Amino acid sequence: MFSKSWRQVKSLPLWCWPLILLVFSFLTPVFTVLASLVTANEKDTWSHLVDTVLLEYVTNTFYLVMGVAVGVTSIGITSAWLVARCDFFGRRFFAWALVLPLAMPAYIIAYTYTGLLDFSGPLQSFLRDTFDWSYGDYYFPEIKSLGGAICMMSLVLYPYVYLLARTAFANQSASLFEAGQLAGLNARQRFFSISLPLARPTIVVGLSLALMETLADYGTVQYFGVNVFSTGIFRTWFGLGDGLAASQLSSLLLVVVLFLLGLEQFSRRKAKYVQQGGRVLRAVKLSFVEQILALLFCSVVIMLGFLLPFIQLAYWTIVEAEQVFDATFWQLTLNSLKLASITALLAVMLSLAFAYMQRFTRPNRFTASLVFLAGLGYALPGTIIAVGVMLPFSKLDHFIHEQAAHFGIETGLIFSGSLVMLVFAYLIRFLAVSLGNINTAMDNITPHIDEAAKTLGEKTSGIIWRVHLPLLKTSLLSSGLLVFVDTLKELPATMALRPFNFNTLAVRSFELANDEQLANAAPAVITIVLVGLIPVIWLNASMHSNSKTQ
Amino acid sequence: MLKPTTLIFALMFSLSSVITSASEVNIYSARKEMLIKPLLDQFTQATDIKVNLVTGKADALLARLLNEGKLTPADVFLTTDAGRLYRAKQAGMLQSIDSSYLKQHIPAYLRDIDSQWFGLSTRARPIMYSTERVKPESLSTYEALAQPEFKGKVCIRSSSNIYNQSLVASMLAADEPAKTSQFLQDFVKNFAQPPKGGDRDQIKAIANGICDVAIANTYYLAGMINGNNKDQQEAAAKVSVFWPNQAGRGTHVNISGAGIIKSSKNREAAVKLLEFLASAEAQSWYAQTNNEYPVRQGVAYSPLLESWGTFKADQINLSRLGELNAQAVKLMDKAGWR
Repeated sequence: MFSKSWRQVKSLPLWCWPLILLVFSFLTPVFTVLASLVTANEKDTWSHLVDTVLLEYVTNTFYLVMGVAVGVTSIGITSAWLVARCDFFGRRFFAWALVLPLAMPAYIIAYTYTGLLDFSGPLQSFLRDTFDWSYGDYYFPEIKSLGGAICMMSLVLYPYVYLLARTAFANQSASLFEAGQLAGLNARQRFFSISLPLARPTIVVGLSLALMETLADYGTVQYFGVNVFSTGIFRTWFGLGDGLAASQLSSLLLVVVLFLLGLEQFSRRKAKYVQQGGRVLRAVKLSFVEQILALLFCSVVIMLGFLLPFIQLAYWTIVEAEQVFDATFWQLTLNSLKLASITALLAVMLSLAFAYMQRFTRPNRFTASLVFLAGLGYALPGTIIAVGVMLPFSKLDHFIHEQAAHFGIETGLIFSGSLVMLVFAYLIRFLAVSLGNINTAMDNITPHIDEAAKTLGEKTSGIIWRVHLPLLKTSLLSSGLLVFVDTLKELPATMALRPFNFNTLAVRSFELANDEQLANAAPAVITIVLVGLIPVIWLNASMHSNSKTQ
Repeated sequence: MLKPTTLIFALMFSLSSVITSASEVNIYSARKEMLIKPLLDQFTQATDIKVNLVTGKADALLARLLNEGKLTPADVFLTTDAGRLYRAKQAGMLQSIDSSYLKQHIPAYLRDIDSQWFGLSTRARPIMYSTERVKPESLSTYEALAQPEFKGKVCIRSSSNIYNQSLVASMLAADEPAKTSQFLQDFVKNFAQPPKGGDRDQIKAIANGICDVAIANTYYLAGMINGNNKDQQEAAAKVSVFWPNQAGRGTHVNISGAGIIKSSKNREAAVKLLEFLASAEAQSWYAQTNNEYPVRQGVAYSPLLESWGTFKADQINLSRLGELNAQAVKLMDKAGWR
């Protein structure tokens, strides 16, 4: 077994090694966290946790993840199916509008819905005034609860499933459906026995992204008073002052994620979901009633996930916020934009490189599992990643400083506290997003295309540039978009690692919201959303022109 | 067309930023930018010393300090509670500052015994009550809120919040653990709803009749009164402040404070900054603009703070809060205070 994998490692071509080194450097924080598992904890924190709160963390996390899984798949798959396969009024508009909720940070939507639905919010106040009720006279679902948290996260995380499933549905070939039709399957049966299974690997990628983000979320659950793993990690670290136990809790989280992802991979085992190109199915024209239903569904989703909170934020910005756009505001926007575009660009390029490493070294299991591990960082709360990144970089800085001291040079800290380190942390967090996306797209390109191109005299570089890249374009763009928006919203790592006098929109909005000045936080959040809109619209335009030329 | 590689290099180049200035001081601050920047700007204006600022979560910044070790560029560590300053001191990150000015103007209980950190403003955490349903005579101490007569009438935020942890730590410092533990068991039974939201949410809950009393920082009540939100203003108008434990140890207060990093290369400028923050001018900013209580005697309150009256503060040395924090969290876990 071991000698076999060693042979696989030895047989890797030379150009793979820099990439492998890079993967390992991305894995250091994850390894740092995992290493805590084998470190003995001398404090009695664990017995305390087991006796008191651990069970609550586990059950709440379980319900949260399950709830969000149901939420994002049902919203994501339905909307993706409608947009990709059905022709109805407004379809073109919804195709991109359905991505919008992605730009809303989950904790912000939590704050806005609390403002709207809370006991003192406009809705309940209206009900009380109208029916002359007072506290306790009527039932109203509590927004600050586990159920509320599930709804909030489902509303902003479903676009992961939507984006990926839409591409998958849109590219399914017509011949399979015709075969299904001949076999006497009705439309519903064709969906469940052909479309859905074919799209499954892609949907699972989207789902696992949404769930990993759910696990890493801290702001929403903390505000709603729902005790889950992530809040437990910070309570243990900040409250009990036991950083080691906090790391150990994080590792447990990682192990569970690893297990679930492994399970999914195992269940697919050798099955490869390569599709032969060919004709793509035409969209089904819906009847009038069906069109109304489709329109209603998509509108409600966008309304809840984007429009309603956006209106609330706009109201706060215009009516209540004190100083809205001061001189520093442009700088913040520029900083956010810069970080997000660099990270998105690098993430896409790295993912592409990793995807090729896998494709060209197949069936090498070593590279495949390395790349798989590289995406794990997404499940960890950003602060944990940040601390994990600090360690190797400061070690490196100290090493350089000491070496340089022999020559009488004082280097001080080079990487620590620089944006290089921050972007590195972003990549560790968000590589999973682009990696999953691009990997599945790469898997969908059948090896026969490569062979065909070769017989036509194309070299490898020609295959990459003229065959693969055009086929991958949609995935490259959409994964770039996802990383861009994720980086715009990113808060904990930015807070912990950024240089002096450097702020982003997310930092500004968080500091105000956390000080319970929601209205004053609104302008920064609105700007995050608007900046996030730019690539959404651009992407849509370029995808549209893409589908025209094909 | 701009080549992607050119773009990347241009972007990468813009990532490197080097700070150089003759006279400057670097701060790691757990205090949010908008709550400290105005004062820092005043300091720069007065002294011509440039201030560089990173804000963040106290424990993450502390981890950053520890990792950077003796190479850290930070000169000052600023936090919003004594517990984190205590942790920084325990980790050996701070140095003693022998400043007669700071010692003269900051009361002993608001600074470290070894002069490694100093309180710069205080935040009081009293009881707030509904003026419609509660007679202030029925209130006395924090401990009394565990009495059966308050069953279902108390609102308070999660015990994950540092303010609540410090409050319970102050009780542990005043009484035996068994007594605090018993208090917590009974106190939790009196909650009107599971703890959630922030301090403002608890005040709103009183106004809406969900509960009659809450424990919250005056700072947030002031924010509601001074803000532009009409609902919050109306809610705040239905709530008043009661100073508990006046016959005993006094009302619980915590601080925002600062210490100077051991390896600081700008020690002199850092001391100047701390002294500036303790100056009458800066202290008056805390009291007038930020609605916090000054640490320095003889600084005029804002009319709002004035209207809540003066109170006796719990004068326990705040280092104790840091020492007892973990024990407080464990007891709250055991009592089921979420």
